[in-house]
Amino acid sequence: MLQQFLDRFSLTDFLLKIFQIVAIIILVVGVFKSLGADKYTSGQWVTLIFAGLAQGSIYALIALGYTLVYGILLMINFAHGDIYMAGAFTTVFLANSFAASGFLASSPFLAVLILILFAAGVSMVLNVIVERVAYRPLRGAPRLVPLITAIGASFAIEYSFRGFYGAEFHSYPLIPALNGLNYNIAGFSVPSVQIVVLVAALILMVALYYFIEKTKIGKAMRAVSEDKEVARLMGIDVDKTIMITFAVGGALAGAAGVFNGLFRPQGVFFFMGFIPGIKAFTAAVLGGIGNIPGAMFGGLFLGILEAVGPNLILEGLGIPAVNQLRDAFAFSLLVIILIFRPQGIFGEKLSEKKA
Amino acid sequence: MNILKENFRTTMLRFGLVGSIVALYLAAVGMIETFAPRMLIGTSITLGHVFLLLAAVGSGFFSARELKEHSLGITATAGFISGAVSSLFLVILTFVIQFFVIQADQGSIFKLREMFVNFSPTLLEFLTFGKGLILGNILLIGLFGIMGVLGASFSFLPKRIRKGWINGLAWVFGIGLFSENVGQIFREFNGTSLNKLLFTGKSLNPIAALLIFAIVFAAGYYGVKTATNNKWKTFSPDQQKQGRLIFTVLGILFLVALPWMVGLFLSQALFIIGMYVMMGLGLNIVVGYAGLLDLGYVAFFAFGAYTMGILTSTGELGRVGFSFWAALPFAVLAGVLWGLLLGFPVLRMRGDYLAIVTLGFGEIIRIMALSNWLASLGGGAQGILHIPQPELFGLVLDSPQLMYYLVVLGALLAAFVTIRLRDSRLGRQWMAMREDEDVAEAMGINLVQTKLLAFSIGAAFSALAGAIFAARIGNIFPHSFNILISMNAISLIIVGGLGSIPGVIVGAIILIGLPEMLREFAEYRLLMYGFLLIIMMIAKPEGFWPEKRRRQELKDERDRQLASQTAELEN
Repeated sequence: MLQQFLDRFSLTDFLLKIFQIVAIIILVVGVFKSLGADKYTSGQWVTLIFAGLAQGSIYALIALGYTLVYGILLMINFAHGDIYMAGAFTTVFLANSFAASGFLASSPFLAVLILILFAAGVSMVLNVIVERVAYRPLRGAPRLVPLITAIGASFAIEYSFRGFYGAEFHSYPLIPALNGLNYNIAGFSVPSVQIVVLVAALILMVALYYFIEKTKIGKAMRAVSEDKEVARLMGIDVDKTIMITFAVGGALAGAAGVFNGLFRPQGVFFFMGFIPGIKAFTAAVLGGIGNIPGAMFGGLFLGILEAVGPNLILEGLGIPAVNQLRDAFAFSLLVIILIFRPQGIFGEKLSEKKA
Repeated sequence: MNILKENFRTTMLRFGLVGSIVALYLAAVGMIETFAPRMLIGTSITLGHVFLLLAAVGSGFFSARELKEHSLGITATAGFISGAVSSLFLVILTFVIQFFVIQADQGSIFKLREMFVNFSPTLLEFLTFGKGLILGNILLIGLFGIMGVLGASFSFLPKRIRKGWINGLAWVFGIGLFSENVGQIFREFNGTSLNKLLFTGKSLNPIAALLIFAIVFAAGYYGVKTATNNKWKTFSPDQQKQGRLIFTVLGILFLVALPWMVGLFLSQALFIIGMYVMMGLGLNIVVGYAGLLDLGYVAFFAFGAYTMGILTSTGELGRVGFSFWAALPFAVLAGVLWGLLLGFPVLRMRGDYLAIVTLGFGEIIRIMALSNWLASLGGGAQGILHIPQPELFGLVLDSPQLMYYLVVLGALLAAFVTIRLRDSRLGRQWMAMREDEDVAEAMGINLVQTKLLAFSIGAAFSALAGAIFAARIGNIFPHSFNILISMNAISLIIVGGLGSIPGVIVGAIILIGLPEMLREFAEYRLLMYGFLLIIMMIAKPEGFWPEKRRRQELKDERDRQLASQTAELEN
């Protein structure tokens, strides 16, 4: 009995287990102490949660791009955060001229719709170009190789846009129709912009879900992600399907860029995609990479965790200025998930080939 | 009239349009305008012209290569036409700038210039050579056509002439580009007269340019290089051995004398190159040998620097006031410990997950260093100030020249350790693990131990580089330890050749040294890295100076592919 146990015992597993237990203890202690301190009212928590949901829906839209590409090519499109930046950055100029002409004030719905379509178009085209130039020539190469070109593509995009539009920060105009307006949800007031962003993002996600599940192209995408060779034998144009996947992922990222601009007008610049890119990847992993509903829930979940987590967990541990550590908190979450549940919350255990 | 046949037209149009897009991109991204003030030859040919005409030369070359089997006249014409076509978007751009920027309606809502910051009147002036819209554009198209012929000439000239031609142009371009640095070296040697002969102001003077071109052309034409090689082969093995010894001694002497030959500014560049060689060699163990893509390598660099800062600083945050040499082992030890600590959680991850998690680690460390939480330890955003410079037998190493020796010693140590490890049992275990983890484990390799050793040894060199860096610059701030350092390190080992030690040095010189010397490029450094990574992976995945074993592997792979292709053809 003991012998059997010793045979199976591995130091790595043991230490990882200890690490896991320590992480859980820290979490529980932090939560209890924070809640015990009674520093925030329930209204403040609700505000945080809704801000988190709006931010999370943006992560979810970006995460869908990661997940779609990973599902088909089993590669991380490292440049995806910058695709999001490209859409947001290019559209900021259009948005500002809409605001200057009064179009944004007179018909806000139509104006925002045009902005979303424009950003989605820019990101879509760019993502397709990246796929064509940086990934397609390397089909079948060792897995590290496309990852390296993806890193290269990421830098090339960032600094190209810096060259095009300059290194300054830009900001989206405020929408007069939404500015300062609050909705009342169950007695708590929530900024209307957050509700609009959340609803619009949810509509896009549902549309994507139907696109993947119900249309013929969606079927082809699922077939290619299952097995490229067999899909080819069934008469599916694999290269074209991959291109469409990148196009869809890019369009969602571009739309996310405009939502981000509505929700957080400031801080549009060439490096803005880097952090959301890693966070969206975290969201995709959280939901199980390759899993489309997983990415949606992962994004929303990460948004809430990130908004509430530092105040809920870190503050109780006596750490000052927790908001500075928000990004570090999200990245730590990524590490912890990948250590203990690499298949994500909703993901099935992936085979060795995919993991 | 073959030239008008359809396949000719599509070839020329295709390459011409691609060239046109490239030219427009270079203009939009600002390269042409930024490089325009940088004179190469005389005052008329600038680096901006080179970048402007790059697209035309490229499209001429590629279309001529496509039509190689045709006569000289046809390829030259094809080069001319595709070169001229590649000016298309720039011509359109000149009109756009004229009508939407210069004559723009002040009250208009959308201002093009606010979006594309580089579409300026200066760019228009440069593109049209200051000759006005119509005449300037005709000149532009003509020049692009001629440059297309130049590009085509790289492909249609007879081999011997071509060699001299290309070498000559490259040398003139190179000396023009580095004129400041070359001039600086001459000044160190009191070669003012030579300096005056070659350069006027900051650029190469036209007569000297012609002279250099003639010399190099002749050398290329008469095949000096092959002749030397042949002569070398006639020596007996013993003589060759002696010759190599002499070269090694000369090389060492050169390394020792280098900082005194190039002046203060370039010594600083050499110091940075040396630092990156050290880091690159460390990262090479992790990525090149063990196959673990680590994007958070800057974390260990930061640990080294912060340990050095905390232990030696004479400011408020200094704890013990150690000397540089006493603190150095602790800094390296800190790197090793953190390598183990951060390596441990990622033991079970592979490939891309590992890359993202290590990237996350790097960011976590930077954010922590910036936060108020740890400010009492590392100074938060204010960093650690007053880190003393190293002292050796009463001599304070306070100039870049003296620090250079320290960094070269570190790099030599790193190279020595790397070579010994590569040829050891551990090195073979790493490479086995790189090729296939499962098979390696089945062969009895302890993956945990092997991986952790790779992480910690790699981290040690990064920490060493960080410690020296901290002592050199004196004040450290969290902002110095951003993701770009990891990216520089990873790019240089990939460009040099993964797993190759000379490759690291070559990579560091190309990626770190060149931008340090050419300040104009500083803004476009990362842009070029990005494209370089993509191009390298597609065209030359083994790097500029590949590892012997990998070169063999790739060659085998290519042979196998060729064999299977011929087999397919035969069937």
